Parts: sequence; C-alpha cells; structure tokens
Amino acid sequence: MHKPIDAGPPHAATVVACTQESPTIFTLQLRLDDEAVRQAYRFAPGQFNMLYLYGVGEVPISVMSDPEERGMIGHTVRALGRVTHGLAALGPGDKVGLRGPFGRGWPLQEMGGCDVVLVTGGLGCAPAVSVIHYVLRRRERFGKLVIIQGVKHAEDLIWREQYDGWARLPNTQVLVAADQGSTSWPWHVGHVTDLLDLAQFNPARAVAMMCGPEGMMRAAAVSLLTRALPETHLFLSMERNMHCAVGRCGHCQFGGAFVCRDGPVFGWSEVRDLLAHRGY
Amino acid sequence: MFSRPEDAGFLPVAQLASLVAKLIALGYRCLGPGVEQGAIVMRELDTPDAIPRGLQAEQAPGRYRLTRDPHNRYFAWANGPQAIKPLAFAPTESLWRVERDTAGALRFCAVLPETPLQAIIGVRACDLAALALQDAHFLREGRADAHYAERRERLFLVAVQCAEPAATCLCASTGDGPTPTTGYDIALAELADGFVAVAGSAKGAAVLNDLNLSPATLQQIETAQKQGEDAAAAQTRSLPSRNLRDALMSRLEHPRWDEVATRCLACGNCVAVCPTCFCHAETDEPALDGQSSEHARIWDSCFGEAHGHLHGFNVRPDIRSRYRQWLTHKLATWHDQFGRSGCVGCGRCIAWCPAGIDLTEEVAALTDQCSAS
Repeated sequence: MHKPIDAGPPHAATVVACTQESPTIFTLQLRLDDEAVRQAYRFAPGQFNMLYLYGVGEVPISVMSDPEERGMIGHTVRALGRVTHGLAALGPGDKVGLRGPFGRGWPLQEMGGCDVVLVTGGLGCAPAVSVIHYVLRRRERFGKLVIIQGVKHAEDLIWREQYDGWARLPNTQVLVAADQGSTSWPWHVGHVTDLLDLAQFNPARAVAMMCGPEGMMRAAAVSLLTRALPETHLFLSMERNMHCAVGRCGHCQFGGAFVCRDGPVFGWSEVRDLLAHRGY
Repeated sequence: MFSRPEDAGFLPVAQLASLVAKLIALGYRCLGPGVEQGAIVMRELDTPDAIPRGLQAEQAPGRYRLTRDPHNRYFAWANGPQAIKPLAFAPTESLWRVERDTAGALRFCAVLPETPLQAIIGVRACDLAALALQDAHFLREGRADAHYAERRERLFLVAVQCAEPAATCLCASTGDGPTPTTGYDIALAELADGFVAVAGSAKGAAVLNDLNLSPATLQQIETAQKQGEDAAAAQTRSLPSRNLRDALMSRLEHPRWDEVATRCLACGNCVAVCPTCFCHAETDEPALDGQSSEHARIWDSCFGEAHGHLHGFNVRPDIRSRYRQWLTHKLATWHDQFGRSGCVGCGRCIAWCPAGIDLTEEVAALTDQCSAS
C-alpha cells in the first residue's frame, strides 16, 4: 500500500571519469548502471543527488552537468568528510550508489526574457554551472548572462578555462574575485560583492541566483536589491545537513522548511528573515 | 469518547484480563504498562492479568516517582517515558542493504521490517494526538515512509482516559486530553469497579462485541465524563492556547535563550521522550567480511553536536541555538509544517529533563518579557 519512492535504496552507478579540479576539489562523472533507470533520469539545474560510498554513507551533492546531456551525471565535490574523502579516491570503473534528483531547482522556466545574474562563492559555483549550460543552450530566450564568482584564495578557483571561455561569448560578462590574489591572478582582489557594481544588467528585467556562504549571499542580496532588482527575482540555494533527502530525517530544517524538499533553492523572501539569525 | 453513550459498554474490573486475552487470541503481541527501573514502561504482557494495579506517577520538573494509588486503579499513573512512538517509528532499524561482490559491483536491496500485529493497552489522549502528528509526518501523501507504514498498520490501540494527571501534564491547554476523542480502536475510562468502554474503529467494535459487555449506564458515563473534566481542571501547567509562532519567531535574539542555555545540558532526554519528535540520523554499518553493509536509521536529537553539522562547520554550534531550534520547531514552525503546535501536552520533557527545565516556564519568560516591553 505504501511504497518507498526515492528514500532508498540507491541505484548502482559507475564512475566514468574523475577530474582533479584543485588539490581538494574533484569532479565525478557517473553513469547509472541500469538502462531503464538511466533513461528515466532527468534533473533540473539546482537539484541534487545523494551519492553513496560503500560502507561509509551518503552525501548530498548538487548536479553540475548539462541537463541535456543524458546518461552522464556530473558532481563536483570538495573532499572534506569521511564520504567525500572516500569518493575522492575513486577511479573510473568504481561503483557508487546514487539516488535523486531531489529538491526544487532554479526557477528557470519562468524567467525567460530576463538577464541572468549568477553570484557564487567557493564551490557554490557548481550548482550554478548547470544554469550556465541551460542558458547557453537557449541563448535567445534570455538577455545578458552575468557570471560572478568569488573565492578565498586565488588557487581555489576551479574551471579557469571555462570562465575565460564564457567571458569571450557575446552578451556574457564574467567577473571573478579572490579575497587573496596571487602573482598570476588576472582578476579582482577583494570580495565578490565588490564586483556587483561592475555587473551590467537591467535590474528591472533580471533574475539573480546566488549560491555560496550565507554571509556572502546576504551581502550580495542587499547590493542587488539596492540596485532595484525586484525581490521576487532573487533566488538562493541553501545548504544544511541532510541524511534522507526526502523531508523526513529533520536535519535540514530551516524554520518550517525542509531544505532538501522545499529547497535547496528558495526565493529571497522565503528565507530573508531567518538568514539574519546565526544558528538557524 | 462519550459522543454516542448508547454504544458504550461496561467492562467489569475482573474482565480486563479477558480483553487482553482476546487480543492475544487474535494474534496480537500485547503491550501494556509494567514497572521497570521505577517507571511505567510499555512491555509485553505475558499473561492477561500482568497489568499492575494501584500505581500513580508523581511527576515534577526533573522528577518521576511511582507511588501507591489509594483507589487501587490500573491506570492512575499519568504516563511513563514512552508509549506508542517506538512501536511505529522504531528507535533504530535497517532501511536498505548493499552487497558488494569481489569485483566491486554493488547490489542494493530494500529491507522491510517483519512486524507482528501489536496491541498497546493504556495509551493516553496525548499519545494519540502525538501519533496523529507522527502519521502526518511519516505518512505524508505521495511520500509515505514504508517502514513506519508497515508498523503503523499493524497497531491496535487501547486508550485510557486520564483521571489522575501529573503535575507536569498540560494536555488540557493544548486541547489534546485528558479524555481520548479520536485515533483509538478502543477507549476505556476507569471507574471504581470497571471501565466504560467504547470502540473507535471497526476492529475495536469487533473485539468489544466478542466480550459481550453489558451497556454502560448513564450514571457510569456521567461519572467518567466528570472525572475527565475534573482531571482537566486539576492540571496546574499550561501553554497559551494561541498560536505561538509569531511570538517566538520574533524573539529569536531574546536573552532568555542565553539563560536557558546555562541550565540545559543538551542531553537530548526531552527529544527522546517527546512523542512527536521525528528526527533521525542515517548511518552505515558495514559487515566485517567486507561484503555487505546495512544502511540504518536511528533516533537523533537536535541537541546533539552532529545534528547541525555541515562540511567544515556547525550550523548550531552552541546550546543556545540548539535549545532555540528545539523549542521554536516544536511550538512555532511546527504550525507551518503540520498546521498545529508540535506539543501535545504530555509533559514528559519536563519530568525527564535532568535539569528540570520546564517549557511552559521558558515560553512564559520568552513571551512575557516582550509584552512588557
């Protein structure tokens, strides 16, 4: 009568490729083993999967690949805990478990005709990359594309070539900042929010999407709203502890919301008040 | 339970054992009150007459003592630390397992519990209200939890009216007791010489029917009704009956959170005994032979260090933020999730808190301060 839907067990998946992006960040390209499961799998930019490492556990990781690219599911991960350190050691042919996708992604379908402003910090760039792919595939449906990325240290920046490549595209602006630069750092040294003043977009017809540290997102939101971006056009992706991914285990609660189910993408007005309180 | 007095039967004291015997005969594993380590716990009734008699539970902040009931009743103890919750939402259980062959291939399979039919005798109105909230969480439409559903479907609930509330009880103020109104298969109200018994489901009606009870007299029903009203009036603790959501959420930086954090030990006892708390952690238990691993869940507490853990930092690093998370979830944001407060007034979190923290006092301090300012 009551069937489990997607709370588990995961599906088996194979590591097809792994790329070391920085000393601690790596990208896993996964392929679901079961043909029918693979055919049925679809995700929206901003959604995440639970990746399972045998005998250790699961972690929520956003999908960074192109949603149109069927069959291959990309995850960019920082090796920080027991599961992610284990995932970092995997190579092509190794097996993992995968269930998903979960949550609410970016509201891209409703935002046709808008300039798209992406403000990301650190590994927050990963959930935004699938947005970039999405917009570039439908270039005529959107206005300007502004990509703003900030990192702590210059060496933390991953996907340098992609940022260079996107910067050369028409109607696209790329702004990158590092709190601490280096001798070969060609971009801004300072906070990512410094760059918002340089961003060229029409605030009245733009949608902004943010993903990164909450302090950064709060500061960016203030700046964007000051430029008269409508509050209803401001979105952010939240991060909380997640075990079940289906709104059941309770760890990711943020006020009345279950981040895994009601988010991770929220409209600014949904989270604005609670974001001001440390410890929520 | 008194809405249809014509359907109420009377179960003489001597026949309580036959109710238990009947349920056992129907194949139920019967659980009922027993005494363990000085407290009432729900344990298997090996024999129909195993229910202890003449006990009361004297409770106060940080205190629980069994005392003699001068009227020698079966159900004069208000509650014990647990009732229904562990029977539907298991404290720990395997969700799925994975097998790994020598080539490293993984084979995942779901693990469903083997659950017996279980009857629990002596649950309270607060426990039933809490179960309804657990149902709302775990049996959410379109995404029901298979493990919970499996257990829940096999439960038979015999509720009893509370005639002897503890000093920690506050169900009258939350609107959840002390007389059961819904959610039971059978409800009993204990009188001096027996029980007014009513059915709340077809299953319950069939069991009562087989016991061939004589109808309850109007006087018996009135006595039972009155003792429920008296029990409500006797409660000394309460929460404001209004929705506390806005009052609490507008006081997230109130100094009382710092003050309560100096007393709270973050032990999680309140969460463990709360019949509505649903948080659980998922963990993996690999077999020593390296060929399989179980993925299990275990009750978790928002007072624990790991609950707010996020890569590299803790969202709720201090007791202040953890107590605030617990109380505001229970009494404020629960309204957003389930349309009502998450407190059913059982008072367990007050009695079982080793520091004697009383949520009604905390709420009063948090909200009074503000109305004064």
